[in-house]
Amino acid sequence: MIHDAAFSDPARERRVFAGRLFITCFVATILTTVVLFRYFDLQIKRHQDFATHSDNNRVHVRPAAPSRGLIYDRNGELLADNRPSYSLSIIRERSEDLDDLLTEISALIEISDEDIKRFQKRLTRRKPYERTPLKFNLSEQERGVLAVNGYRLEGAEVSARLTRFYPQQKLFAHVIGYVGRINERESQQIDPVAYSGTDSIGKIGLEKFYEDQLLGTVGTEHVETNARGRVMRILENVSPKPGTKLTMHLDSKLQQVAHQAFEDERGALVAIDIKTGGILSMVSAPSYDPNLFVSGISQKDYNQLLNSPDRPLFDRAIRGQYPPGSTIKPLFGLIGLHSETIDLDYSIEDPGYFFMEGIERPWRDHNSKRGGHGSGVDLAKAIIESCDVFFYKMSVKTGIDLLSSYSKVFSLGLKTGIDMPSERTGIMPSREWKQGARQEAWFNGDTINVSIGQGFMLATPLQLAVMSARIASRGKMLQPQLVKAINDVPTAPIELDAPMEIKDEYWDYVHRAMRDVVHSPRGTARGISNGLDYEIAGKTGTAQVISISAEEEYDSSKIDKSQWDHALFVAFAPVDDPQIAVGLIVENGEHGSSAAAPIARMVIDEYMKSNTEARQLVSGGN
Amino acid sequence: MYTNDFVRRMQSPGGERRRGRSMHIDIPLLLTLIVLCLGGLMVLYSASGQSAFYVKRQAFFMLAGFVAMILVAQFPVRFWERYAILFYGIGLLSLVLVLFFGVGAKGAQRWLDLGFTRLQPSELMKVAVPLMISAYLGKRPIPPSFNHIAVTLLLIALPVFLIVEQPDLGTSILIFAAGFFVLFLAGLRKRYLIGTFLLALAAIPSLWFFVMRDYQKQRVLTLLSPEDDKLGAGWNIIQSTTAIGSGGLNGKGWTMGTQSQLNFLPESHTDFIIAVLAEEFGLIGVLTLCTAYLLLIGRCMVIALNSQSQFGRLIAGSLSLTFFIYVFVNMSMVSGILPVVGVPLPLISYGGTAIVTLFLGFGILMAISTEPKRIRIDL
Repeated sequence: MIHDAAFSDPARERRVFAGRLFITCFVATILTTVVLFRYFDLQIKRHQDFATHSDNNRVHVRPAAPSRGLIYDRNGELLADNRPSYSLSIIRERSEDLDDLLTEISALIEISDEDIKRFQKRLTRRKPYERTPLKFNLSEQERGVLAVNGYRLEGAEVSARLTRFYPQQKLFAHVIGYVGRINERESQQIDPVAYSGTDSIGKIGLEKFYEDQLLGTVGTEHVETNARGRVMRILENVSPKPGTKLTMHLDSKLQQVAHQAFEDERGALVAIDIKTGGILSMVSAPSYDPNLFVSGISQKDYNQLLNSPDRPLFDRAIRGQYPPGSTIKPLFGLIGLHSETIDLDYSIEDPGYFFMEGIERPWRDHNSKRGGHGSGVDLAKAIIESCDVFFYKMSVKTGIDLLSSYSKVFSLGLKTGIDMPSERTGIMPSREWKQGARQEAWFNGDTINVSIGQGFMLATPLQLAVMSARIASRGKMLQPQLVKAINDVPTAPIELDAPMEIKDEYWDYVHRAMRDVVHSPRGTARGISNGLDYEIAGKTGTAQVISISAEEEYDSSKIDKSQWDHALFVAFAPVDDPQIAVGLIVENGEHGSSAAAPIARMVIDEYMKSNTEARQLVSGGN
Repeated sequence: MYTNDFVRRMQSPGGERRRGRSMHIDIPLLLTLIVLCLGGLMVLYSASGQSAFYVKRQAFFMLAGFVAMILVAQFPVRFWERYAILFYGIGLLSLVLVLFFGVGAKGAQRWLDLGFTRLQPSELMKVAVPLMISAYLGKRPIPPSFNHIAVTLLLIALPVFLIVEQPDLGTSILIFAAGFFVLFLAGLRKRYLIGTFLLALAAIPSLWFFVMRDYQKQRVLTLLSPEDDKLGAGWNIIQSTTAIGSGGLNGKGWTMGTQSQLNFLPESHTDFIIAVLAEEFGLIGVLTLCTAYLLLIGRCMVIALNSQSQFGRLIAGSLSLTFFIYVFVNMSMVSGILPVVGVPLPLISYGGTAIVTLFLGFGILMAISTEPKRIRIDL
């Protein structure tokens, strides 16, 4: 084409463009007219129809909250319940003047400034026509006053919903945990549909760990509302499915005994059913009332719990990490025997101190005031009388590598895998650990400190109980578990690995030595043997809180109680057919024998009593 | 004609216009944009269930858009003409990347995750494609020859094909339209026009059977008889027409719309936001919005007519027509004249990338409008 090849012609380009733009403007005008006519048709001509339709537009789908799964102990005692609780909410769109309404309400019932503050905060996050809670847990009297004056309170509504209630109060606070209102961070992580009818979520403990099972499935309610959103009647229902029922291995009675046994002391105790790995009791003292948290704890109460020097919110049972002290001696003795660094005839002479080649400073024996344990100290005597020097010597022969790797089999330094969130690992030190954590090489001196459960070594009370259970069951590798049955279907015990292959004679030997800790006249825990009609095997322990140099004597009368030694005890019973294993610590309790062992005795006594009763009942019935 | 009147008013030189020119700001365009944005935020507040969160985010994107617009306007028109191919190339490359590494939701893969933010390349192509075609045809004689048309169609087809694959039919149609407008404004001959029209007619069956997904077909069927599917796809249309119709002449008042506030209206803060406006401000509100839009589009067309170069004319014309198409398609789909394709209402619907893209386009328009005059040719 001839004009295609022509040079650019600005005037022509401009003219053609203007023409084309005119055509598009013409088309655009037609299209705009069509659209505007459509809006005119809908909004003016058919307005009446649509206005009616909009007024009748009232079928609304509302979520129906499922009731949260109940939690029972092994005997069917209720640990976590749902109770109706009444709360006062306000639908802002329906109140004429919010401030007036609030003044009116505060004249009738008590509304604190904090209630108002939180209400204002919730108000900014709500959806239109949504109920915004103002006050929870209305008393019967408050409900009455509000009902009588209801006609004046347009926009306010009293509603009932099921809320969590913990009938055992402080007894299971750390294990069961609690639910609380969903916070902003959580609301971003949860499935909004699943939680559409629910405003609380498991925060800690079992309530958090089993959140998915406990929650249940949300249902729907088709409700008829008038044009202002007020519900007129319910048309159709898809019922919510309640959450899973959980049955625990826990025993309320045992828990109560253990809890009371601590009196005013701080500490923790874990008792395990040796045959299943089930947790019979788990106490962290002091405790608190979890019901405080359910519908929002007041700042004052919270600060009080948070700032208490006894740290009641801290779960010592699975998060408290303490030097295990002498409680690990039976285990280290077993490792020495199994690795053949020592045999059953191996014995030492104990002058009361131990010198390492090349180091001037001696390691003292903490458990004898003068002169040491004498001559002929073998493993049994070293366990019974808790001789340190024996383990100093043995550990240098065995070496940290063997001690560390075998200890891990007995759950030290690793998570036990219990069905609870945020369990801590403790520390079972090794060469790699020290290189990683301290960037230092391992010294024999470190091994000597570890040999009596001091130095870098840390363990949780749960780990001590699991260790004790695995010694009692001759190396059976059961994972500790809280849940016994889900919806009445029993959960199988979880066996982590094949049992430890250790010679029976070694097991017998160590079991015997641990029995003699309690039952022989020289045993460190002989104090608890009075009136026992069955046999307990145990081991005491004392963990240093402050370091004492070799020349100094530890004298509790000279130092503050918060720096006294921790008292520890591990035990299992009965010795011939072990059923229950216990690990416990009393913070600043000084001596395992006097502070910790009696608590274990009370718990085991209670367990033996109720179990023989149960057995007698069964045999009587036959 | 009403538009001509407007054109004359806008063309008369005033003091403020000269002041704006030195800073490369077109004052009438700026003022209309500010009015639309403020009105948009007001409607959004109500449509999002009185959520300060959405309004804050949207206001942030609008501010970012204004800054981007002013920045873009500082570059001379010839810069955009010269580097159009670069932007087009980058856009095409990121579309290919989206196909392989893209992230997305609801079965569509549309975003590139850049770590600090998410980018939707198909949005940027809404500007890059007309820019490229305008640069290409701006240097060629008019009307475009067969070869030039073929190249142009190829330039349009590449991104359109990639976006259909995501799949995002709405955006690909809009990009095709933006490119085609350039061809049309450049004086595409009548026989080609008729040819294209016939080709499009013939393409509809194959589009239906090979390109469109089930849910897209469903939307078309729904349009034809919404009552058949009351609780499914028809729900949106029934609820949005009810919202619009019940608004009447004066509307129910700001934040008082029962349809939108009681959550009967779906997507009320994004694609269906015009229904909230129509319900709460009535036909008067709709007419006010349309007037603001027409002023904006009118001003853009004036800029196009006064442009010094063919490139400037083409890109300015194409951008204003595309803007019109957005408004038209959105208002039509919400009121039930067109099937529901995901086209937001420009400057009013909630959405980050879309807003920034719009402002990039207005930035180029400002650059054209404030270009120093070389020769003045009077028509």
